[in-house]
Amino acid sequence: MIRGDAKILLEVRNLSAKVAGVAILKGVSLTVRAGEVHAIMGPNGSGKSTFAKALVGHPAYEITSGEATFEGRNLFELAAEERARAGLFLGFQYPVEIPGVANAQFLRLAYNTIQGARGGDELDPLEFDDFVREKMKLLDIAPSFLERSVNEGFSGGEKKRNEILQLALLEPKLAFLDETDSGLDIDALRIVAAGVNRLVTPANAIVLVTHYQRLLNYIVPDYVHVMDGGRIVKTGGKDLALELESRGYDWVAAEAAAA
Amino acid sequence: MTTATANPWLASLLAGHASVPARPHDWVNRLRGEALERAHALTLPTVRQEDWRFTDLSPLYELAFRPAAPAAVPPGLGLEPVIAPEAEARLVFIDGQFVPALSALAAGGVGVTNLGAAFDAHGDLLRARLAQLAPFADDAFRAINTAYLADGALVLVARGTAVKAPLQLIFATTQADVATHPRCLVVAEQGAEVTVVEDYVGLQAGAACVNAVTEIVVGPNAHVRHVRRQQESPASFHIATCAVRLERDASYRSVAVAAGARLSRYNLDVVQAGEGTSCQLDGLALVRDRQLADTHSFVDHAHPHGTSRQLHKCVVGGHAHAVFNGRIMVRHGAQQTDSAQESRNLLLSRRAHVDTKPQLEIFADDVKCSHGATVGQLDAEELFYLRSRGLSEPVARGLLTYGFAAEIVDRIPVPSIVAGLHRTVLQATHDEEAA
Repeated sequence: MIRGDAKILLEVRNLSAKVAGVAILKGVSLTVRAGEVHAIMGPNGSGKSTFAKALVGHPAYEITSGEATFEGRNLFELAAEERARAGLFLGFQYPVEIPGVANAQFLRLAYNTIQGARGGDELDPLEFDDFVREKMKLLDIAPSFLERSVNEGFSGGEKKRNEILQLALLEPKLAFLDETDSGLDIDALRIVAAGVNRLVTPANAIVLVTHYQRLLNYIVPDYVHVMDGGRIVKTGGKDLALELESRGYDWVAAEAAAA
Repeated sequence: MTTATANPWLASLLAGHASVPARPHDWVNRLRGEALERAHALTLPTVRQEDWRFTDLSPLYELAFRPAAPAAVPPGLGLEPVIAPEAEARLVFIDGQFVPALSALAAGGVGVTNLGAAFDAHGDLLRARLAQLAPFADDAFRAINTAYLADGALVLVARGTAVKAPLQLIFATTQADVATHPRCLVVAEQGAEVTVVEDYVGLQAGAACVNAVTEIVVGPNAHVRHVRRQQESPASFHIATCAVRLERDASYRSVAVAAGARLSRYNLDVVQAGEGTSCQLDGLALVRDRQLADTHSFVDHAHPHGTSRQLHKCVVGGHAHAVFNGRIMVRHGAQQTDSAQESRNLLLSRRAHVDTKPQLEIFADDVKCSHGATVGQLDAEELFYLRSRGLSEPVARGLLTYGFAAEIVDRIPVPSIVAGLHRTVLQATHDEEAA
């Protein structure tokens, strides 16, 4: 939902970043206000995932120029965990497996850490169990999820659902969802999309990083951005996604080159 | 009997032998005498021997130890964290001495008794079994242990008896500068099932030397589960052998955790002495500061259709050093042997060090054997994943370390011990971060 007077959550100006010495982002600017849903699309290698990871503080991404503020705070002065506590979230494209650590234990630790940072109430294991099981029902997640090691042996769809479960538990102000739709069958996509839609409020915002328009049938964006060659080369409304679906990305790049 | 020995440390360690009271049973006195004589004749291990290449015992040889004098059990001993409430029976030894007041004996078909009291009732069995699986002819520490044979644990599970609850054997050290020689004999007769928890704990501040020998006989189609926790005091030395014999269709599953001691060495020898036996040997060494933990295992596949599984993990912080040597022998004729061994090691600091060595010797031609070893640090992507959820770097590192160790700890079939070790691992990683 676009409201011109809504609070600005994220302000990125001319962001450039390198990975292993290679420049991937070459001057990205983006403003996200509360209540908005953005989609960042683009061909493989355009820099979409890098953009999301650089903003949440992945140590492999080196910021070379530009700035990013989150609710007015300079993001690049905050460690990854401080960004998370400030209300930033990344749903991983490839969620990491952590053998030996029960999902329930991990989820509770993350929840209590974020709650603690916000001055909220922390939950003991029994309280948390009730709380998390309610959230799991909404995402149609089997109870056995809790006892299994974090993401270990999960199917692709289960891993993505576990990401959305974390989104539901941590209630971030701004969530990047990196290719959350890829690898999901249509039923899983519907469940995940419904879960995300339930979490969108006038106070928070979501940035979907996706390769496919299909997700946007279920989560309707206010803005669609096209990334190419490390820049946002076009911004439009939800109809832009449909146009990209039928015409591909090449025309956008050509248009940007001509401009 | 006195025999001169060239090594003053050994002479001093054996000098206390005179204080061990003679037994009414001649064969016991003879066994001890033979062991004493052998101990005097043997040389102590040094790094010049292949088996001790990575583990330098010279710090041990610089210290003097006396035999533990019988002492009144101090109130508030601090044994509570070690006690597994699930145990059906428990033997507690303080500084080598059996303490009936702290022990609880089992009812029914299980004999859990102090060795020192069993020479009458089980004389023939003890005579036939003691020092058979762990002979002392070539091993100075076993010889020393046997020379001091007195109190110890005897677990005798009668034919066909399945003991549901675990049996716990606790060897606690409370005095500094003492040497103790714990001894266990476990005999599971045909078709018997039992879980034995063997605990070594140090409650004293100074150094002690704990020199333990355990022998486990698993009869035909019998099944033994063995949990071993070594939590000696930080200045102590722990040298131990566990020798296991598996008869036809028997199984042995063990989890051994080494968390304490300045220097520890655990020799685990398993002989598959019949067809169709299986064993699973899991180990966890958790060391930091300047600790050294050494595990040498040997699985001897001597008959067809044997299986062995082994996962040994080391978590090494500070300046600590972990050693693993896993020898697997598949003898001629041990066809259809199925063996898999894995050594996985996590280094928490730049100064931490691991020596790991698989050693396969295969003389049969129709077998399946695999082994592998990895040494690494915490995974950067896993760390980032946790930090992206708000966990601080120390907490994230602790959780990942915990997860690494938990794979072994969770295999222990006694819930209270699993919970206790989880706390130990978290504490260790927490301290490592604080260091």
